[in-house]
Amino acid sequence: MTILLVIISIILIAVIVVQIGKVTELAAKIRGEEEMQYEVNRSQGGYMILFLVVFLIGCVVSAYYFKNYMLGYGPHLPASEHGSILDKMFNVTLFFTGIVFVITHVLLFYFGWKYSAKKGKKALFIPHDNKLEIIWTAIPAVVMTFLVVGGLDAWNEVMADVSDDDKYLEIEATGFQFGWNLRYPGADGLIGEKNYKLISSENPLGQNWKDEKNLDDFLATELVLPVGQKVRVRITAQDVLHNFYLPHFRVKMDAIPGMPTYFVFTPTKTTEEYRQELKKYPEYNVPDPADPEKMLWETFEYELACAELCGRGHYSMKRPVKIVSQEDYDTWLGTQSSYYFSNIRFKDNDPWSDKLFESEISSKRDALNAAFTADNIGKDLPLDALSFKGDKAYNLTGSSKEQLTLLANTLKSKPGSRLKLSVTIPSGLENVTADSKTRLILDLLYSNGVNANQIELAPNIIASEDNTTTKWVFTLLGAGLSL
Amino acid sequence: MLDFHYNQNKLKKSELMANVLTAAPHSEENVLIEQMGYDDHFHEHHDGDKFQSNFITTYIFSQDHKIIAKQFLITGMFWGIIGGLMSLVFRLQLGFPEESLAWLKPVLGKWIEINAETGMGALSPDFYYALVTMHGTILVFFVLTAGLSGTFSNLLIPLQLGARDMASPLLNMMSYWFFFLAGVIMFISLFLNTGPFSGGWTAYPPLSALPQASSGSGAGMTLWLVSLVFFVVSVLLGGINYITTVLNLRTKGMNMWRMPLTIWAFFVTAILGLLSFPVLASAFFLVMCDRGLGTSFFLNEIFIGGQALDHVGGSPVLYQHLFWFLGHPEVYIIILPAMGIVSEVLAVHSRKPIFGYKAMVFSILAIGFLSFIVWAHHMFMSGVNPFISNFFVVFTLIIAVPSAVKVFNWIATLFGGNIRFTAASLFGIGFVSMFISGGLTGIFLGNSAIDIQMHDTYFVVAHFHIVMGVAAFFGMFAGVYHWFPKMYGRFMNETLGKLHFWGTMIGAYLIFWPMHYIGMAGVPRRYYRFDTFQSFSQFDDMNKFITIAAIITFGFQLILVINFFYSIWYGKKVTEKNPWGATTLEWTTEVDPGHGNWAGKLPAVHRWAYDYGKDGKEFISQITPLKEGESETH
Repeated sequence: MTILLVIISIILIAVIVVQIGKVTELAAKIRGEEEMQYEVNRSQGGYMILFLVVFLIGCVVSAYYFKNYMLGYGPHLPASEHGSILDKMFNVTLFFTGIVFVITHVLLFYFGWKYSAKKGKKALFIPHDNKLEIIWTAIPAVVMTFLVVGGLDAWNEVMADVSDDDKYLEIEATGFQFGWNLRYPGADGLIGEKNYKLISSENPLGQNWKDEKNLDDFLATELVLPVGQKVRVRITAQDVLHNFYLPHFRVKMDAIPGMPTYFVFTPTKTTEEYRQELKKYPEYNVPDPADPEKMLWETFEYELACAELCGRGHYSMKRPVKIVSQEDYDTWLGTQSSYYFSNIRFKDNDPWSDKLFESEISSKRDALNAAFTADNIGKDLPLDALSFKGDKAYNLTGSSKEQLTLLANTLKSKPGSRLKLSVTIPSGLENVTADSKTRLILDLLYSNGVNANQIELAPNIIASEDNTTTKWVFTLLGAGLSL
Repeated sequence: MLDFHYNQNKLKKSELMANVLTAAPHSEENVLIEQMGYDDHFHEHHDGDKFQSNFITTYIFSQDHKIIAKQFLITGMFWGIIGGLMSLVFRLQLGFPEESLAWLKPVLGKWIEINAETGMGALSPDFYYALVTMHGTILVFFVLTAGLSGTFSNLLIPLQLGARDMASPLLNMMSYWFFFLAGVIMFISLFLNTGPFSGGWTAYPPLSALPQASSGSGAGMTLWLVSLVFFVVSVLLGGINYITTVLNLRTKGMNMWRMPLTIWAFFVTAILGLLSFPVLASAFFLVMCDRGLGTSFFLNEIFIGGQALDHVGGSPVLYQHLFWFLGHPEVYIIILPAMGIVSEVLAVHSRKPIFGYKAMVFSILAIGFLSFIVWAHHMFMSGVNPFISNFFVVFTLIIAVPSAVKVFNWIATLFGGNIRFTAASLFGIGFVSMFISGGLTGIFLGNSAIDIQMHDTYFVVAHFHIVMGVAAFFGMFAGVYHWFPKMYGRFMNETLGKLHFWGTMIGAYLIFWPMHYIGMAGVPRRYYRFDTFQSFSQFDDMNKFITIAAIITFGFQLILVINFFYSIWYGKKVTEKNPWGATTLEWTTEVDPGHGNWAGKLPAVHRWAYDYGKDGKEFISQITPLKEGESETH
């Protein structure tokens, strides 16, 4: 029904349009073509001037009206060190092109009006003026040269990579359909190697865990940076082209799968400082439509966006960006934990499962020592799951050996302490296998000097279906004395 | 061989002779042509015209350049309406994201996704991107390349040069039919189950090369590539013809410096096309290889769809170089013909020579040459070594100089003129305004430092729409209104034409000017919605405004379409050969030039094309010999 109405309306409009045309043609016939044309010239000439005035005023007024939303104006001065260089280039260009824009438009429409055909008037015959050509070739050439020099100066400065003696924080952003993985280098300050062939659900970036630089890297869901610190963003992509875009910082660079790019910048305004600037402007002193309890300036966050079409979710690849003081950044760092230690350590794809790292050894030692108190009687000791390798001839993994060695040392340092060892076997597994493994555990403890009566072996527990691996758990029976 | 035997005029010989003898026997032009023209014995050969003797060969598989021009024009108009409608649909989504588009479901079917709870319909993001892609592809290639240079090069090159037809009418006809074929294939792709291609008209891999990256990158991309390869063939066939005709078929006395600026523009455009389109085709072939043969020209280290792909060693940046090597000249292929048309229209209707003809020619040549060495200004943020970008900034800002020179020359043409406002001249003036506005923002974008912030934002969208989507169209409209009498022997309605002009002029500025502000606020282009980002959400009202302006402005284009088709049959008849009082050769033919254009001899040329107002005369036709003591103007 609606379609029918639409079609009828279109036909009606077509008929009206045709009739308007016919009427005016008749009018021309009656009035006389030439007479009509002179009248037309007069009125069209008038419209030219009217258009000129409304157009130029409209341009200026609308620019003022929207000024405080545009980056580089009002509250939106750049939040990075290099940003002002770029904004200045924009304004210089605006100055020159603005002059040309106004002058050419004024001349265009003014001439259109002034030189409209009138009865008895004749056009001037001026085929060319070479001097004029030279002038209006030279002036643009000079202005362009000026813009080029300024622009390239700015470009080469902003795009330069870090030098060897620069102090900077390097982070990595990997675009994917449809979001960003943000990777921090951790305590060593170095981003570890990754390989796209290693990507899996447990390893979203394909980090190569054999590269020790990877072990302290952590992933963040927000880009948190300390104010005043130079940052080099290493930009990559997983699947198609993306683009790392921080509008408030004047940062933009394509993310290409297989070809890392970079951008170097220094944030100069914390989120809070930017908010305080926004607060001064009426456009931002309105309730936030998404959160009417708060004002627009209060809910402001810097944002990371994608600026290269990457598929159906291109418009939704957002990550919040927070610029904070150095102290707040350090605090935040303390809350982040390395991806490797939280998700990979001792799992199937951990290449280092055979050994314990120094940091792990010392923290485990401390944890074990702390566990031997009267309060903890009846509690399980904080040990990672013990594991074995090999098919027919079992052997404790290196890291399990190191843990047990630590346990042995702790037991020796606390004479009189006692532990209960409980073994939970998944149903369906042979007792014999479990028992021989338990034997290996006890042998290692005893060979390290642990007294046999410090360990009480409980009978094997058959687990319900849920357990798939054998578990050995040490429970504290007596804290003993500290040496 | 230039063989016109088979293109005999559909009139019988006796009628032909009757035309020559009785058609205003005292008309100055006919006398001049009869006396001083060049006799190529064209009309003595008519031994059976098997190729122009029935409806099919006259109007469908025609080899007459004038018919082919009309075919390009009407096909271009068809695609213009489709491309324009697409923009209305996606602008509806963008401007009114909270409104339900469920009413479009009968037309768009599964591409309108209905939210189960609220019953609200929204355009599927995949289809939004498909519409945006198709809008760009259709308008840039089918409308502004084929529809603009195809139409006017075909119509005007032989007529303004004093030639019977193009150098090869057969290749000319094939140029149109390859374009038609390309259109059919693209049209079919709109109805695919997985949807038309949706990776942007620029089609960057890996998105365009991997079907798993987007549903539009499946069959839709395949058809898109095939369609455009045929399109490239069409452009090459046309281009070769235009160049050959300009170089070889100019009539007696028509040396290069006496050619109208339209011809210079079409000539340089054809050279640009011939040199750059093959590179586009090569980029497309390499994409086809990556898609179908497992090669890795553009692919490297990709994990997608849960799988690490085997492709290694390629570079997506290589595609961008190949694409933009065409892509940049392409925009000059679009604008140069429009510039040529505007130069012509402004001169004729101001009754004044185009100011600085030689400077205009050199500017066209400079723009043509420079357009080949600026392509990577589209790639400043692509990860290319920043050092390379230095060169592209330099050349890009240099190209602003001849463009500025042209603007000043057009304005100077109006100075001291006796301007007759017709729909054509209004669009000519409007073109200059749009070219100034759009061209100036190009100076921002061409400076790489500024491009860091502006790249891929609405600032770019504003720039290229004003300069291509409006200015180039204005050139096309000016050409249509101005040469409609030549094409159909009737006038288009002037009042409707002026209404069309003002509606479009105001409407276009209302649509695209605010986009500068949106871009300067940082909003990226090709975003289905702005509200995922707090910083971009403040433009709801402006988006609505732009959408409404777009709908109204599109409505004004329907005035043109109605006017055009109505006037073909019912427009005011043209009674004199030269209704605009122009100097160029096309106005020396009969009102309805038959095949072969001139009934008798070919006109001979004695002067340049711009003697308006010389020696007190309103205009002096190019075929008028120089008087005693008169010197030729340049």
